[in-house]
Amino acid sequence: MPETKGATKEQIEERVIEALVEFGEERDGLKGSSKFADLDVDSLDLVELAQIIEDEYGIEVQDTDLDKIETIDDVTALVSQRLA
Amino acid sequence: MATEVEEAVREGGTEEAGARSRVGCALVTGASRGIGAAIAAELAAAGWPVAVNYRADREGAEGIVAGLESEGARALAIQADVSEAETAERLLGTAEDELGPVMVLVNNAGVTADGLSMRLRDEDWDRVLETNLSAAFRLTRRALRPMMKARFGRVINVSSVVGLRANAGQANYAAAKAGLIAFTRTVAVEVARRGVTVNAVAPGFIETELTAGIEGPIVEAIPARRPGTPREVAACVGFLASDAASYVTGTTLTVDGGMTA
Repeated sequence: MPETKGATKEQIEERVIEALVEFGEERDGLKGSSKFADLDVDSLDLVELAQIIEDEYGIEVQDTDLDKIETIDDVTALVSQRLA
Repeated sequence: MATEVEEAVREGGTEEAGARSRVGCALVTGASRGIGAAIAAELAAAGWPVAVNYRADREGAEGIVAGLESEGARALAIQADVSEAETAERLLGTAEDELGPVMVLVNNAGVTADGLSMRLRDEDWDRVLETNLSAAFRLTRRALRPMMKARFGRVINVSSVVGLRANAGQANYAAAKAGLIAFTRTVAVEVARRGVTVNAVAPGFIETELTAGIEGPIVEAIPARRPGTPREVAACVGFLASDAASYVTGTTLTVDGGMTA
């Protein structure tokens, strides 16, 4: 159930980082401007990240959204924009 | 030294002798009879609560469930026609609500509509592809989500030797079953990193209602000189679903008495 209507950007960013750590990233050094291309994040990770976002924030993420995402900040911006 | 029971409890509790109780459940499509019913029994014996899907044979499915329950297993019959696009959500959703997340999906439901290619009607082609191949895709897609989250999952597709070698009169069935093998391989590599395995079994000539009345020369052509039994197929599915098969993914296990050897 989406219970995060009023999630702050910081909370969203923290959730994204947490997910990336679950996928096997090192937490140290992960920040908003981190680029997925520089991390070990591949298409499966992005799909799973999209599913986590959909499940937890109750928004829909399209494939075209994923195509535009390059950094953690991009994800945070997408989620806050959809929640607004 | 910990006793066997203590070890079983540590692994998540124990119910019947040796049966490890599981988090989540197994879903077997087309499980009211034949190979599907045997697979349901095999997975129940391995400790899985089992959702027994059926399309039309309610009595058969309820009989299977009653049999599993009498042996101490949790089981539930769920009616659904897998060839319908909305079925995946409803079927998996019902199984999840009643038995917990589906951690083992066995795509077993299948139909045939035989005829030489020149005479196959569009509807014969479509119906066989829809039930035997597209349904497996839709159910797998829906099932992978909770499996990925759990970092565990088993998808087992019941293909056929007909997907590996020719059988005149079954172009539609062969295309669907071969498609299932290619689908299995591809999905397996997509999700392997998440502890989810995707495999297929390819039964040969198995004694079921689907093959009733076919005998004689066909049996002579099997190196084992006999048809297989649903239990022999189910045992292979049981292995692929087990922890012992954790490093087996993307493969097709033929169960055919040597037919394709």
